[in-house]
Amino acid sequence: MEDIEAIVVLQDPVRRQLYEYVVAQDHEVSRNEAAEGVGVGRTLAAFHLDKLVDAGLLVTESRRLTGRSGPGAGRPAKLYRRSGVEHHVSVPARDYRTAADLLAAVADGARLDVELRAAAVREGRAARAAAGPIEDLDAVRAVLSVRGYEPRTDADGAVLRLVNCPFHALSERHPALICGMNLALVEGLVEDIEGLRARMDPQPGTCCVTVETSKNNVD
Amino acid sequence: MAGHHLAQLNVGTLRHPLDDPRTHGFTSMLDTLNDVADRSPGFVWRLVGDESNDATAIRTTLGADVIVNMSVWESRDSLWDYVYRSGHLDVLRRRAEWFELPKTAFQVMWWIPAGHVPTVEEAVERLQHLRAHGPSPRAFGFRDTYTPEDAGLGVATTDGHDQGPDLRLSATG
Repeated sequence: MEDIEAIVVLQDPVRRQLYEYVVAQDHEVSRNEAAEGVGVGRTLAAFHLDKLVDAGLLVTESRRLTGRSGPGAGRPAKLYRRSGVEHHVSVPARDYRTAADLLAAVADGARLDVELRAAAVREGRAARAAAGPIEDLDAVRAVLSVRGYEPRTDADGAVLRLVNCPFHALSERHPALICGMNLALVEGLVEDIEGLRARMDPQPGTCCVTVETSKNNVD
Repeated sequence: MAGHHLAQLNVGTLRHPLDDPRTHGFTSMLDTLNDVADRSPGFVWRLVGDESNDATAIRTTLGADVIVNMSVWESRDSLWDYVYRSGHLDVLRRRAEWFELPKTAFQVMWWIPAGHVPTVEEAVERLQHLRAHGPSPRAFGFRDTYTPEDAGLGVATTDGHDQGPDLRLSATG
C-alpha cells in the first residue's frame, strides 16, 4: 500500500503545486526556486518538499550552486527532482503491465513492428478526432499533456520536446518496438496538420519523440 | 587501460541484397549511424572491412546473406544509449523492412579485458554459445546483468566503485 500513501501525500494543494512545479522543470530545483515558483514561503516549501521526498515522489541531493568549494563556499543547497519510482494505484487490483509486457514480448519476437505502427497511427488519429480541431503546436501540446507526455516547448517555440514517456517501463524492455509504436501514435495525432511533423529524436532520459514545426512549410 | 570493456555482436539476415533498392533505406543510413557511434560517449572500437567504413562486406560461417555488426564499449549503459537513445533507434524501428525475422538470438555481448580487440570468429563463437546454452556470463544480452567478475575477469577499479577486498585480491592474483 506504499503507492497509495505516496499518492495521498499529493492531496495537499500546496504540496501538489510544488510537486508539479519541480517535475515540470528541466533542471534540479532548489527550495528557493520552488518557493518562488509556487508563491509560498521558503520554510513552508521546504517542509512540503521534504514530505514529498519522504514519500518517495521526489529525490534530493546537495550541491553548491555557486561552483565554489572549500571553507567559505557556504552550505550546499538541497536540490529536488522527480524520483524514478513509478506509483500506481488500482482499485480493485489490476495488472495491465504484465499483460502488456507479455504482448510486447511476443510482438517483438514476431517482428510485428509494421502492424503495431499501423494500429498506433489509427489510435493517434482517433485521439485527434476526439480532441477537436488541432491546428498548431500549442493544441498538440495540450493533447499530449493530457496523455501524460509532459511536453515542453523549446525557447524559440518551434519544437515540442516530450519529457515523460507514458510507456517508460515497456520502452526500456522492448525499445525498437515500443518507441516505433510511440512515434506512430504521435504521427497519427499530428498527421495532416500543416507545418507540423513528429520525428524520432531519442536522448537519454526523455521520450523518444519530438514534434516540430517543419521547415518546409514555415516559409 | 586497466579494467574491462563490453564487446557486442549483432547479426541480421538480409531480406534483399545489399545493393537492392529495397535495402537502400538501411545502407543509406550506415555512414551516419557509424559516425554517431564513433562520436558516442563510451565508444571504443567497431569492426570495419578492408578499405571500408563499415562491416557489411564481412561474411562469417553464419551464412552468405547474414551481415554482422560488432563493436566494443566502455559499459553496458554507453552501448544502450547508442543503440536505443540516439539516431540509431530510428533505423532500428524499421528493422523489419530490411531483415528477416530472427528465429534465434541475433545479438550477444560479453566482457573483455580493456585493450583486447575481439575477432569475428570469437564473436560468432559467443553467439553460438548463447544460442546453445542461453544467457550466461560468457555470452548474454541486454536483459542480463552479468558483471566482468561473473565472467571471471579480474577488474582493476577505474570508475570509483569499490569492488571489495576479495575481488581486488582475485584481480591482482
